[in-house]
This record gives sequence, structure tokens and C-alpha cells, in this order.
Amino acid sequence: MIEIIDVSMTYGAGNRALRNINIQIEDGEFVFIMGRSGAGKSTLLKLLLKEAEPTEGRIIVNDMDLQRMRRRHVPRYRRTLGVVFQDFRLLNDRNVFENVAFAQRVIGVSARTIRGTVPRMLKMVGLSAKYKSLPGQLSGGEQQRVAIARALINRPDILLADEPTGNLDHENAAGIMKLLEQINRRGTTVVVVTHSQELVAQMGRRVIVMDKGRVISDG
Amino acid sequence: MVSTFFYCLKQGIRNIFRNIWFSLASVATISACIFLFCLFFSIVSNIQYMVRRMESTVGVTVLFHEELVEEQIREVGEQILTWGGIRDMVYISEEEAWASFQNIYFAGHEELAEGFAEDNPLAGSSSYVIYLEDISRQEEFAAWLEGLEGVRQVNYANTVVSGLSNFNKILSLISLVIIGVLLAVAMFLINNTISVAAAFRKRESEIMRLIGATNFMIRAPFIVEGLLLGLAGAVVPLGIIFVLYTRSVAYIAERFHMLADVFTFIPIAEIYPVMIAVAMALGVGIGFVGSFVTIRKYLRV
Repeated sequence: MIEIIDVSMTYGAGNRALRNINIQIEDGEFVFIMGRSGAGKSTLLKLLLKEAEPTEGRIIVNDMDLQRMRRRHVPRYRRTLGVVFQDFRLLNDRNVFENVAFAQRVIGVSARTIRGTVPRMLKMVGLSAKYKSLPGQLSGGEQQRVAIARALINRPDILLADEPTGNLDHENAAGIMKLLEQINRRGTTVVVVTHSQELVAQMGRRVIVMDKGRVISDG
Repeated sequence: MVSTFFYCLKQGIRNIFRNIWFSLASVATISACIFLFCLFFSIVSNIQYMVRRMESTVGVTVLFHEELVEEQIREVGEQILTWGGIRDMVYISEEEAWASFQNIYFAGHEELAEGFAEDNPLAGSSSYVIYLEDISRQEEFAAWLEGLEGVRQVNYANTVVSGLSNFNKILSLISLVIIGVLLAVAMFLINNTISVAAAFRKRESEIMRLIGATNFMIRAPFIVEGLLLGLAGAVVPLGIIFVLYTRSVAYIAERFHMLADVFTFIPIAEIYPVMIAVAMALGVGIGFVGSFVTIRKYLRV
């Protein structure tokens, strides 16, 4: 469960990115956080990833209080999250298999385990046949699937997706959203940050709308 | 654990080949630094070795006034022993001096010495031969001896040994300065190499951080890179020095065989293990410190 309690965030000299935010997301929920550019969506994501600290308030994720968390425990916390970005953030010099395996290698998973888990994950995102391809040889939708496979390979409880369809055409975007729904059905909490009203309308899920650092609607 | 080790090793090697020119420049500078260290170390150690050998063979000889009897000479000997810094002192009576003289100069022609019969031509030449702990204090010691009552003459070979000793001190100082400068250059180059590697891998490090890799895991490939560069920088000069040392020693021994007593070198089997240990420690040290400091600056996680 994610609990965001009275969180405010000020950058530099008085630039208030978030103002008294209160959000509660249950385990297994699928939630959209929507808003225009500058609404505070990305700041909220940064706080959840513990890349930044709120000026006020508390954030509790799966009973872990992020403000009280020691620095050395942050990597372990981040392994409970999967994260997907608009620009995919793949390693362009490594093939699909290596991009997904990377997430396991860097946390010390054995090569033997990786040989078993990565093909299963690629099958789930529909890229089994392209495991040898480099990111540059894939379409945008396929690249995002690789990014999703990488985010899920360590079995996170929560998947955070920052504008995951922002760089995709309508067809590919629909495919990615379908995949995220499938992931959610397996029990993973999915939080999607987007500014696309069309996408949100199609999905019929809980939508938190933000504007100028405030939550203006939730439902 | 094993897979983590191999992952870091692989990524470290990958970093090296990604900026091969920077890596080569770093290895070359570390090599130059360690080569000069080994070179100076060999020279200084060998000179010290020669000086030590000479110190053990070159002594100060004290001769006494002829009227002094053995008992009085022994009393002066007791007085000499009070001077701090004497390693050994040998009394040579006039009979022993004559016997030794005959051995050296009449060897093979003993009949010539028989002409002296019972008449010792070295009568009144009883002496002490004194070996000092530090040969550079020879002059000071000789002056002190000359001031003692009963002492007729003090003989010592000053120039070669103390000259070598002084040369060694100057050489040590110069080598320290040169090695220091090269160390600083090597550190600077390692710093640059690792900075470039860090810039190349910025995106990768960022992804690693978000995936939940520990600081150790993010930094380890860069530290491995530094260590490998340092090791390579140590192995190259060690190879060169091995060949150079053995060939130089063989050449000098052949070319100056007349001076074999002066030019005695430390055997390679004795000096090389020390050089390997120090060169490896220097290489690994430069690599580790250089990369560790840089990566702390560039990858704050």
C-alpha cells in the first residue's frame, strides 16, 4: 500500500511543486495520476522512488516510512518497485535479453537463474522472438515492452510508469496499456503518470487529477 | 557473489576498451612511474649493498709509538672502544703483521723472507684495525683517534666509500622527487580515464540506481577498471626491469671483471621479489585511490 500523507515539496527559493498532497493507493490497484505539465506528477514519482525528499509530510510504502529510511536501505526498497519511463531508458549497446537481464545482474542474481527468468519474462511481454535484437532495431512499442520486462523481472510489488505511452502511436499505446492491465491482474499495483485524457478515458480506472501541485480530484 | 564478481570484472574490462586511448595513457604513465621506481630502487639498493660490503672489509688502522708496550697499547684500545659506533676491532701484534706481510708479498719466494731471520722489520707496528658501523663517520673517527695519546698514525681509505655513500643519498633524493611527480601525473590520468568512463556510463549508472543496485555495485566496475590499469602498469615495467637488470649485471661483470671485488650486485632472485611486491602495491594503490576518489566525486548515489 502507498500512503502519501500531507506531503509538500518546495524546490529552491519558494517554488512549490507539491502542496499538501494526500493519496492512498491499495495493494493491487491500477491508478492514473493525470495532469498538465508542471502539475507535480513527476515530482510525486521522484518522491516515491526516493530520489528526492518532501519538504513536509510522510510517505509510507508497504509499511516502510521513506523519511525514516536509512540511505543504505534505499537500494533494497527500490527493488520492491518497477519503473518505466517515456524514453524507455534502454542500453542501446546491449540486446533485448541483456537489457532485461541487466536488472538482475546488478543486484547479484546468478547467471543460471537469469537464463531461466529472462526468457519467461520476454514471453510474457511478447518479445521471445526478438531476444537478440538491439533496441535500435525495435519499434517504440517493442522498446517499451523491453523496459516493462526489465521493470518486472525482479517481481516488484509496485510498477511506476511515467508517461509510458508518451512516445508511441495509438496502436502501440493501446498494446502497452493492455500489457499493464495484464500485469495488474497478476497482483502488481500499477501507478501510471500521464497527461493523456484519451488514454485515461479508455481504461475506466481510478484517476487522480493534479494541478499546480494540488490534487484536484480523485475517483 | 561469484556472478557479482564476474559482472564487475567484465564491466571493468569493458570500460578499459571503451576508452582505449585514455586507458593506454594511464597504463603508460603508471608504467613509467613504476619503471623509474624499480630502476632507482635497483641502483640505490646495489650501491648500498656495495657500500655495506666495503664497510665490512675497509677498516681504520691505528699505529702506535714504538716505545709503547703491548699492555699500554691494549689500554689505548680500551679507550678507543669508548667511541660509539664501532662494529669490530681487531688487535694485530707486530709478529702477526710480519707474518701477514710475508704471506702477501713473499708468497712463492719464502726464501727471501728467511734473510730477515729473527729480525722483525715490522717491529713496533702493532696496530688495531677498526670497522665502523657507519663508514661515513670515518673521517670524524680518524680525527678523534689522532688526538689520543700514544697514537702515531691513523690510516684509512676514505674517498671511494664515502663518495659512494654521498652519491647514494643524492640519488635517493632525486629519485624520490621524480617518482613523486610521476605519481601525481599518474593519479591525474587515472582520474581523467575514470571520469570519461563515468560519463560514458552515466545512463547505465542512473538505471542501475533506479533498479535498486547498491552503491558498491554501481562503483565497483570503475574501481575494477582502476585496479586493472594499475596492475597492467606494474606488470610492464617489471618485465622490462627483469631483462634490463640481468643483462646489465652480466655486461658489467664481463666488461669490468678486473673490478669484480668492487662491483658486486644483489642477485636478481633476491631483489626481484621485493620489486614485484612494491611495484604491485604501487600499481594497485595508484589504480585504487585514483578511481575511488574520482568515482566518489562523479557518482554520488
